Amino acid sequence: MSTTTIPPSNKKTPPKVVPYRRPEPGTQPESNYAGYRATARRAPSKPLVYLPHTLSEVTGPVFGHEKIAETDNDLTRQHSGDPLGERIIVSGRVLDGDGRPVSHSLIEIWQANAAGRYRHAIDDHAAPLDPNFSGSGRTLTDQNGAYRFVTIKPGAYPWRNHENAWRPAHIHFSLFGPAFATRLIGQMYFPGDPLFAYDPVLQSIPDEKSRQRLISNFDLETTKPEWALGYRFDIILRGRDATPLDPPKVSPR
Amino acid sequence: MSLGLTPSQTVGPYLHIGLTDTRSFSQIAADGAPGNRIDLKCWVFDGDGIAVPDAMIELWQADADGRYHHPEDAPERVQDPLFRGHGRMPTDADGCCSFQTIKPGRVPSPDGTLQAPHISVSVLGRGLLKRLPTRIYFAGDPANATDPILLLVPEDRRATLVAQPDTHRQGGWQFDIHLCGPRETVFFDV
Repeated sequence: MSTTTIPPSNKKTPPKVVPYRRPEPGTQPESNYAGYRATARRAPSKPLVYLPHTLSEVTGPVFGHEKIAETDNDLTRQHSGDPLGERIIVSGRVLDGDGRPVSHSLIEIWQANAAGRYRHAIDDHAAPLDPNFSGSGRTLTDQNGAYRFVTIKPGAYPWRNHENAWRPAHIHFSLFGPAFATRLIGQMYFPGDPLFAYDPVLQSIPDEKSRQRLISNFDLETTKPEWALGYRFDIILRGRDATPLDPPKVSPR
Repeated sequence: MSLGLTPSQTVGPYLHIGLTDTRSFSQIAADGAPGNRIDLKCWVFDGDGIAVPDAMIELWQADADGRYHHPEDAPERVQDPLFRGHGRMPTDADGCCSFQTIKPGRVPSPDGTLQAPHISVSVLGRGLLKRLPTRIYFAGDPANATDPILLLVPEDRRATLVAQPDTHRQGGWQFDIHLCGPRETVFFDV
């Protein structure tokens, strides 16, 4: 004779929460950076409250099943004609801090055109708009965390942060990753830009090595002969020590 | 192996062309999703109390059962057509944006107790070099008194995390976000 224990129907065992690791000091910008004037009236001045991760922080929106149209990751083919400027291929991998691929994850990008002008109502820079360039795209990473965009190299442009202020050429990128905790929005730069030293947005990151992580590398391997230069840009999201689905394979003695 | 994190940068003033012109989501829960309907207005103000017209708000929440539509909680609900769980809207000229959703259920905290109903919030915008995470709780919910996260917040600042009912609108709630200044909202180190 045996008895069966039926678990109480409304009580689920709460899923195990494996926290994401916190960024090392200096690797992220300070919210309040005097060189970037707009922070003065917008950056919080009180200390952040440390939030231990709960289910709310280790979950987040899932986009992996969404359809990506053929022209979503090719910003040069969204109109009837070719955009002006230098065609480029930007590709790389999205990994977590432990080198694991972040697969089936949404990447959104936006940028100025080759002349340094955004297709946006409030951009009044005296540079031409390009009827064949909208400047936004999206894609999903594949199984290995790899992604690829075709676009044109954005131009530098002036802004009114300080006297004779210019932003280095950049492409904005946005990733959700697997969780609320992994949300990241950044800007990708191009190697050797003379404007880096004068740009408070990039210089707001205290750690020099971390700033370098926003600068893409020219890459001959992904450069397509007679067609476009290739730039490589890997994006590293936060890692965790272990995942509930990924227990250690070898148990300790 | 530990790889260095890619740093955050501001979304800048032109975020709309990449993020919200074609892909903003005000409807977090469609009509017909189980739960009590909420019409939530979020307002963003700078340190001078002036409306911020170029911010973006993202929300993430559990469904009415307190389940997250995510592989680590309720994988079978990930593609629920009635409930995205996620919202994203730019603020308008008045610094405001609206979301249509349901009041989330209680989700467990790691110690096994239940958290009070809440919505996770990211505030992004020009002048913000990294996103500002915060939470929305609901005024009058008795569970607020024992919520383990609210209890981590200095008592005199907890009210900044609590949305207030707006009786002028059916299911209306209002949440004010003060980026800095005397009424600064509590932001979290997530």
